[in-house]
Amino acid sequence: MAKPETELTWKDIEIGCIVTEPGNASQYRTGYWRSQKPIFDLEKCIKCGLCYIYCPEGCIRQNTEGKFEPDMYYCKGCGICATECPKDVITMVEEEE
Amino acid sequence: MATKTGMEVSVAIGEAVKLANADVVAAYPITPQTHIVEHLAELVADGELDAAYVPVESEHSAMSACVGAAAVGARAFTATAGQGLELMHEVLYVASSMRLPIVMTVANRALSAPLSVWGDHSDAMAVRDTGWIQIFTENGQEVIDNVLCAFRIGEDRRVLLPVMIHLDGFHLSHTIEPMTFPDQSEVDKFLPPNDYPLPLDPNKPVTMGDFGPPFIYSETKWAQEVNLRAAKKVVLEVWKEFGDAFGRYYSPVECYRCEDSRVLLLTMGSFSETAMTAIDKMKSEGKDVGLMHLRLWRPFPFEETRQILKDVDVLIVLDRALSFGGPGGPVCSEIKAALYQMDKKPKIVGFVGGLGGRDISPAGFEDIVRQGIEISKKGSSREFEIFGVRE
Repeated sequence: MAKPETELTWKDIEIGCIVTEPGNASQYRTGYWRSQKPIFDLEKCIKCGLCYIYCPEGCIRQNTEGKFEPDMYYCKGCGICATECPKDVITMVEEEE
Repeated sequence: MATKTGMEVSVAIGEAVKLANADVVAAYPITPQTHIVEHLAELVADGELDAAYVPVESEHSAMSACVGAAAVGARAFTATAGQGLELMHEVLYVASSMRLPIVMTVANRALSAPLSVWGDHSDAMAVRDTGWIQIFTENGQEVIDNVLCAFRIGEDRRVLLPVMIHLDGFHLSHTIEPMTFPDQSEVDKFLPPNDYPLPLDPNKPVTMGDFGPPFIYSETKWAQEVNLRAAKKVVLEVWKEFGDAFGRYYSPVECYRCEDSRVLLLTMGSFSETAMTAIDKMKSEGKDVGLMHLRLWRPFPFEETRQILKDVDVLIVLDRALSFGGPGGPVCSEIKAALYQMDKKPKIVGFVGGLGGRDISPAGFEDIVRQGIEISKKGSSREFEIFGVRE
């Protein structure tokens, strides 16, 4: 794409704002929506994967040790993982920016 | 050879959609629905029309199914009326904003409450701003001709917008009229297959109706607005081409015996024909009055309207819908807005009448003209006049 999306004029966009590049939602940084962030204490993680199953954003992945960590580019800070974790691995703290 | 036959207008619309070779018809088959989709269901069931007929569970779903069908490049048609049009309201915006050339006929009816299935323009006026091309028709022939034109207009690459054909509920939808039907070969020549430029296709995926954050929404809406206005050129071209092929010509605004008339009456839909009878009588009595019939409602024909009204002294507008608490009937207030910047403009008197199936006879139109002229001289303390209400 020649221009960044935010610089497109009304003449540049496709009819009906059709997106011709499939999957470009992955570029959308939903992490900006966050007001709280999850802090993972991986020492306590038992690799049960409940946080991974419940995360509505699908942004939690297993690391090389098999423990679970969020991708903060997408994490919206909803706190569902912290509620569901049976071992209190996850604590929600205020974003400070 | 074209064939002339007598038929109920609703059934004739079904025949026109068959001639247009629609691929998908989605409809909710209950009151306030008409025989339009009932006849199409028969045509599909009898194998006369090779289309998918989707009997959905509501009008909201009917329009949604048409959106899906049009998105894969199918030629989609539906019909509704009154409350049904209200129920599909939000999806009407989706259809126009996603730039899908769906064609829909609307048998214009009043809105509840009290429950009324009878005709007026309340349903049409409620969807005025949905971004569809909208044409008000006067008789059965005009309806079927415009159904054929609607597919051509909407599917044109310069347009790609849905088209709504308005016909008066009962006064047209349930009336038997003589109509001329073109041959299939003539229609095929006039209406090439739909060729939507960016259809949903697994081999070339696209996303339609996606999330539009503030950085892109305004650009999208402006593009849509520019496009709808520019569609008028194509509407005119298609009507011209249709006229050349079939001998019946249409225009955004039509004048009936209004040459040199200083007083004009403005009507829409089938009531224009009744008004013509009144105009003929008044002309024969030496009265100076003509008729302006507004056919193209969106995009609004500003230039044509201004041209016709530039030397007129009095314009009397009949609306068949109320704009509760507003400046008068929706058509009258649009005409006023269209003329406001003109140095010389007629005095405009607005009437609202013919609500919920109430007839206006030729004598009624004479009365409207007489009252309108009187009010234009004396003035009125009201924003608009209501016609035919018992005091």
